[in-house]
Amino acid sequence: MSTLSSTKDRRGSAGLLFATPFLVLFVVLFLAPLAYAAYLSLFQTKLVGGTKFVGLDNYARAVADPLLLQGVLRVATFFVVQVPVMLLLALLFALALDSGLMRLARVVRLGIFVPYAVPSVVATLMWGYLYGPDYGPFAQLSRAVDLPVPRFLSEGWMLGSLANVVTWEFVGYNMIILYAALRTIPGDLYEAAAMDGAGAWRIAWSIKLPALRPALLLTLMFSVIGSFQLFNEPKLLQAIAPDVIDSAYTANLYAYSLTFIGQQPNYAAAVSFLLGLVIVIVSYVVLLTANRRRTP
Amino acid sequence: MRRSTPLTIVMLAALAYFLLPLFWLVVASTKSTEDLFTTFGLWFSDAPQFLTNVGSTLTYDDGVFVRWLRNTVIYAVVSASGAALLAAAAGYGFAKFRFRGQAIMSSAVLGAIMVPATALAIPTYLLFAQVGLVNTPWAIILPSLVSPFGFYLMRVYAQDAVPDSLLEAARLDGAGEVRIFFQIGLRLLAPGLVTVVLFTLVATWNNYFLPLIMLNDPNLYPVTVGLAAWSAQAAGGGSGGNSDILALLLTGSTLSVLPLMAAFLLLQRYWQSGLAAGSVKQ
Repeated sequence: MSTLSSTKDRRGSAGLLFATPFLVLFVVLFLAPLAYAAYLSLFQTKLVGGTKFVGLDNYARAVADPLLLQGVLRVATFFVVQVPVMLLLALLFALALDSGLMRLARVVRLGIFVPYAVPSVVATLMWGYLYGPDYGPFAQLSRAVDLPVPRFLSEGWMLGSLANVVTWEFVGYNMIILYAALRTIPGDLYEAAAMDGAGAWRIAWSIKLPALRPALLLTLMFSVIGSFQLFNEPKLLQAIAPDVIDSAYTANLYAYSLTFIGQQPNYAAAVSFLLGLVIVIVSYVVLLTANRRRTP
Repeated sequence: MRRSTPLTIVMLAALAYFLLPLFWLVVASTKSTEDLFTTFGLWFSDAPQFLTNVGSTLTYDDGVFVRWLRNTVIYAVVSASGAALLAAAAGYGFAKFRFRGQAIMSSAVLGAIMVPATALAIPTYLLFAQVGLVNTPWAIILPSLVSPFGFYLMRVYAQDAVPDSLLEAARLDGAGEVRIFFQIGLRLLAPGLVTVVLFTLVATWNNYFLPLIMLNDPNLYPVTVGLAAWSAQAAGGGSGGNSDILALLLTGSTLSVLPLMAAFLLLQRYWQSGLAAGSVKQ
């Protein structure tokens, strides 16, 4: 008995050994920066008086900061509108591809996925030029048929234009995750359902959708994280629409501006922290509501 | 099974939406700066000059674009292979062994999946600035080595892909744990490993925020930050900017997206099966 448990122990420590390099880097590169930022966020540097401990003052300032609230509100709006559209499209595409009812399914699947491999920098540049009111093809077409030129980069349209870029980038990625999950459903389930007289819609609704739950939750969680840290697209469109996108357009853009333009690292650390906290809370709420709906 | 033509047409329309911007980009990279402003955006001009554009993109400013491409390749390949190996070893260790503190460590790492990369980036910058790592290649590579999602994927994958009986048999043959991992474990984990490699590769290749804040020497830029700098020059302060650089920017963009697309197409068999494993378990 004792020899058995000692081999088990030795084996257990082998498991820890395999995990150690990852865990060490996790502590150094993940937990340490967070801890350091938490520490920094408790201080303030003033021109007069230097750096001093201020407790939670930075957080108090942040929750009442209209610029931060405006940025959070904007990404929340973005999340509420863009994510359902993106995930619904991804779901419909995945179901269509999996139905076996269409031709060229392979080409379509890879083609829709391709934008994921395009850096967001390039994606935003492309759409930026496509949106252009002077030389963009949409503007050229509108002028050719004497219609008003669509103002994609104006204040009213900007959030929608950003949502379009992000949707373009990530529908394919989400579709592939859902499609991969659909492919793992055993075929005899469909055969049994067909035997019972279920059509394609009925099968999609009663078998495929429930089987997709974990994959849908995964995509939903990634979408929460993605939307709330929106940065690249607005940052790059800022160059061609500086009047619309200010330095606090999204919460993350604001944290960036605070660190690198405003030179307020202590306050920026507090803002980053709060932003991360908001994202974790929203993720949990989304997961909880999604899970609760399963078990009525 | 009977095929549906309406469904095929709808899906081809969707496909057109996803390929249109890329088509525009390819067309644009065949044009001279003048043609970019005077011809219709979605079709070729009378004098396509793709190779001329590639030549000027690669040689502009002492070949700075080639340097950016090389940096991107180094950052992405080192990060992706390192991250995948670390995640595979840890995932294997967590899936196939029991040790003290496992549950707590596991939930700490899984909780980290929810911490957004950019919310972590500024704290990492502040820390790296203290220890003098800012503006070095390590500033890009080190943070990319830790992939909590890669860990999750590999743990789930190792659970099923590596049978315990096989490990037991190897142990009875007297093989050490490290040898078993490298000779049996890694081979069985290959599809999951390729998935993590590819997705970390994309994440590093396409990363913009981290290098933007970490680097200020243009010689260290990856292609994304370099292109964004060209873009800022092309858009330039109101007075039309440096419009000559526009053709370079668009050709450079085209060149920068080709390698990843090729990698995804060539390796699709692997990453699709790896993804399937990660998306059905919780």
